[in-house]
Amino acid sequence: MNWAWIQDNRGMLAGLLWTHVVQSVVPVLAALVISIPLGRLVYRGGRAVQGVVLAVLGVVYSIPSLALFVALPVVLGTRILDPVNVMVALTIYCVALLVRSVVDGFSGVPPAVRSSAEAMGFGPFRRVWAVELPLAVPVIVGGLRVATVSNIALVSVGAVIGQGALGRLFDQGFEDGFLTPILVGLVLSVALALVADAAILLGQRLAAPWLARGRVS
Amino acid sequence: MNLFGYLGDAANWAGPGGIWERIGEHMGYVAVSLLVAMIIGIPVGAAVGHYRRGQVLVVQTSNAARSIPTLGLLVLVVTLMGTGLVPVVLALTVLAVPPVLNAAAVGFRDCDPDAVHAARALGMTPWQVVTGVELPLALPLVVSGVRSAALQLIATATVAAMAASGGLGRLIVDGQLLGPSGYPEMFAGAVIVGVLAIAVDLLLGAIGWILRMVTYRRGRLTLTTERQVAV
Repeated sequence: MNWAWIQDNRGMLAGLLWTHVVQSVVPVLAALVISIPLGRLVYRGGRAVQGVVLAVLGVVYSIPSLALFVALPVVLGTRILDPVNVMVALTIYCVALLVRSVVDGFSGVPPAVRSSAEAMGFGPFRRVWAVELPLAVPVIVGGLRVATVSNIALVSVGAVIGQGALGRLFDQGFEDGFLTPILVGLVLSVALALVADAAILLGQRLAAPWLARGRVS
Repeated sequence: MNLFGYLGDAANWAGPGGIWERIGEHMGYVAVSLLVAMIIGIPVGAAVGHYRRGQVLVVQTSNAARSIPTLGLLVLVVTLMGTGLVPVVLALTVLAVPPVLNAAAVGFRDCDPDAVHAARALGMTPWQVVTGVELPLALPLVVSGVRSAALQLIATATVAAMAASGGLGRLIVDGQLLGPSGYPEMFAGAVIVGVLAIAVDLLLGAIGWILRMVTYRRGRLTLTTERQVAV
């Protein structure tokens, strides 16, 4: 480990870390905004629609990330070196993952709770927003954690096509046969994933404090 | 620029460095590392699930493994050990063990306790219980773990091209060196690897489905934790 190299390249490392955060977090947020309404719609579609949509999303999820990074410019009309390709690809993966979580989350709401809310005069919108969605939170957050951690690991793959944020350190280290950038890239990427995972758990604690008290599970 | 020009030219498929050879290399990496991962992951997972020891460690390892950037691990191993088949397969195996191990542990832990108790009451030896009762009950889940691992491997074997190995990633890396005119070659690599992944996913999905039908069709036995492992 060459500490002097790290000292000399602090600015570059901070820049790559920030790019990494943007390229991994923006797709997760975009996917969350898309997946909650989409997942609700799929859930409402009944068993047949759920089966078909989730099967299709499963196939999408199985496409290797590098293949999607390379093929997306054809669909989007972007240049191959555009970071948008990576971010759109990651958004697609996150949607494929989160729609399933949202459907599972809504499916897990006990029918008695739904009927009670209806009996208490909750309209359809308020019933979903104030009763069903909060009960689905733990399942959705479970999916969100997997999506976020996977995303942070996947951004590096972009290095093969000249993107990759922290992944560039792997490219550089390999070209020069120099271990320090490789180790720094690995440590920063894994640390970022741990921090992001902890942040989501903290967010859940703040947004759904009843879960921590263990009254509803 | 003709997008499918590279794919459509028969000359690119044949011979050394042709597409067929790249597919062979790619599936070779995947098959060898998947086999090693199964040889390690299934018995260890079976022991963890059967004795109910070390499950937390297995779950945490497989969650933590998700945060490892595959390219970083590959480049690290190749830089330390040099290029070639062994370092690449070693790195791929490290990535393939956690999903197989985790699925096997969950599968062996959660097989229907009534069936296991009945088998013991009938006087089956522990070994007979594990191989004759728990294994068939756990098999659909084990297959789903193998499926996740296989997909992870197909994706990562593509990335391995950057660390100077063969496989379909070569089309992407080599095409990029040619500049804009190399895009059809990159696109060919992306399409083939995508088709390969989808085919393997559907094949292993079908095998898992058949096993599930055979074992669980009567509806007397339950497979409770399927959802948690499916990715």
